[in-house]
Amino acid sequence: MTTEILKNIARFIVLVLLQVLIIQNINLTGYMILLPYVMVILILPFETNKLIVLLASFLLGVFVDYFYDSSGLHAAACTAMGFSRHYVLKYIAPRDGYDIGVKPTVEDMGLEWFLRYAGTLILIHHFFLFYLEIFRFSEFFSTLLRVILSSIGTFSLIYIIQLLFLSNKRRV
Amino acid sequence: MKNLLAFVIKHNFIFIFFFLQAVCAWLMVHNRGFQGSRVLNSSNLVVANVYETAANTKEYFYLKQENDKLALENAILRNYMKSSYAILPLKEFKKNDTLYLEQYSFINAKVVNSSVNKRRNFLTLNVGSREGVAQDMAVMTSDGIVGIVTNVSANFASVMSLLHKDVRVNCQLKKDKSYGPLIWDGADYRYCLLTDIPTHSKIRHGDTVLTSELSGIFPEGIMVGTIETYERRQNESYYTAKVKLSADLKKVNHVYVIKNRLKTERDSLEKATQKQIDD
Repeated sequence: MTTEILKNIARFIVLVLLQVLIIQNINLTGYMILLPYVMVILILPFETNKLIVLLASFLLGVFVDYFYDSSGLHAAACTAMGFSRHYVLKYIAPRDGYDIGVKPTVEDMGLEWFLRYAGTLILIHHFFLFYLEIFRFSEFFSTLLRVILSSIGTFSLIYIIQLLFLSNKRRV
Repeated sequence: MKNLLAFVIKHNFIFIFFFLQAVCAWLMVHNRGFQGSRVLNSSNLVVANVYETAANTKEYFYLKQENDKLALENAILRNYMKSSYAILPLKEFKKNDTLYLEQYSFINAKVVNSSVNKRRNFLTLNVGSREGVAQDMAVMTSDGIVGIVTNVSANFASVMSLLHKDVRVNCQLKKDKSYGPLIWDGADYRYCLLTDIPTHSKIRHGDTVLTSELSGIFPEGIMVGTIETYERRQNESYYTAKVKLSADLKKVNHVYVIKNRLKTERDSLEKATQKQIDD
């Protein structure tokens, strides 16, 4: 249990640093912005208390805000995502609930389930983020395009990171 | 009252969510008034130091390009040295220094943090009020303009880059001095839009765009970029031109902060005039 908590804290720090020092400098047109740091919230264990998820999301957002010069923006988007996580998990749960010791990752739950779960949450996060950032309706459709393209980009990157680093079973 | 309390405790998840969102909203509104009240975080010590370490590491990879560029600039500056000129013995060519008032001075600075992929992009410089940097000073590289200082701390300065949704810099065509504001549409960090160019202007692909004295921040005639395409949108009596920026804002490393010694005087005069008009 304790090692699980330490692991999650380490993941928190590594992903925030990865985001602000490396990913922030990647530029694939102004319409695709990669934000893989949200993975911290995505792969918290199923049995994590929903309040802890909510507070962790808020903290994550605040940390990223500090580096992005955007006070409150990422915090708001992350909090919305942490809030929705509880309901999304409930909505797409298997009939007999989640097994104990299983984590919400591609490896444990399969790509189709993860796409539905992570895809929804990433869309919610990016939707909040980009519309709060622009805060006007005159660029509604270009912002929508940005939300969709960025979600695709972020999801792909998270998928790749999971394949590379989170795999327990070593392939021979 | 008791029922209300019980209701709040039963639905504490939702209430805490709304509370946190309210905190975020407060943070956003509090730090995002007009420019004067903005407190940018990367001027903060911890964040700025993390970025400075990263920038120092990254700088090693660009040493060669940076050296080439500085050597080139040195060569150009050498041309302006007194020793490169023959001294003319005629008295008429002598300039009396008291005729000229130095208006602009330049402060050398290094970029410790920058971004190009947000809708509001900022740069952080390693100079601050200690070196005499103040709000609303212009920032340029040897290639072209970069942005405007919005906030300074003792050792760092935050610069609103050209790639910001609220930036408007008055620019002019070198050819016929027709001017308009330069804005960024958020699509590509290499291009900005020059708007409100009158239709009688003979604008062409490749025309040079320079800063205009009208901006009040930039000295006149600093390189901005070249016209890539231009169009006249429906129902508009103006051209909108896509400008390829001459400064590569993604690779910007060494910059100059431009200090306008006459700015306070000009601003206070303009403000007084404006007040007279308003009254």
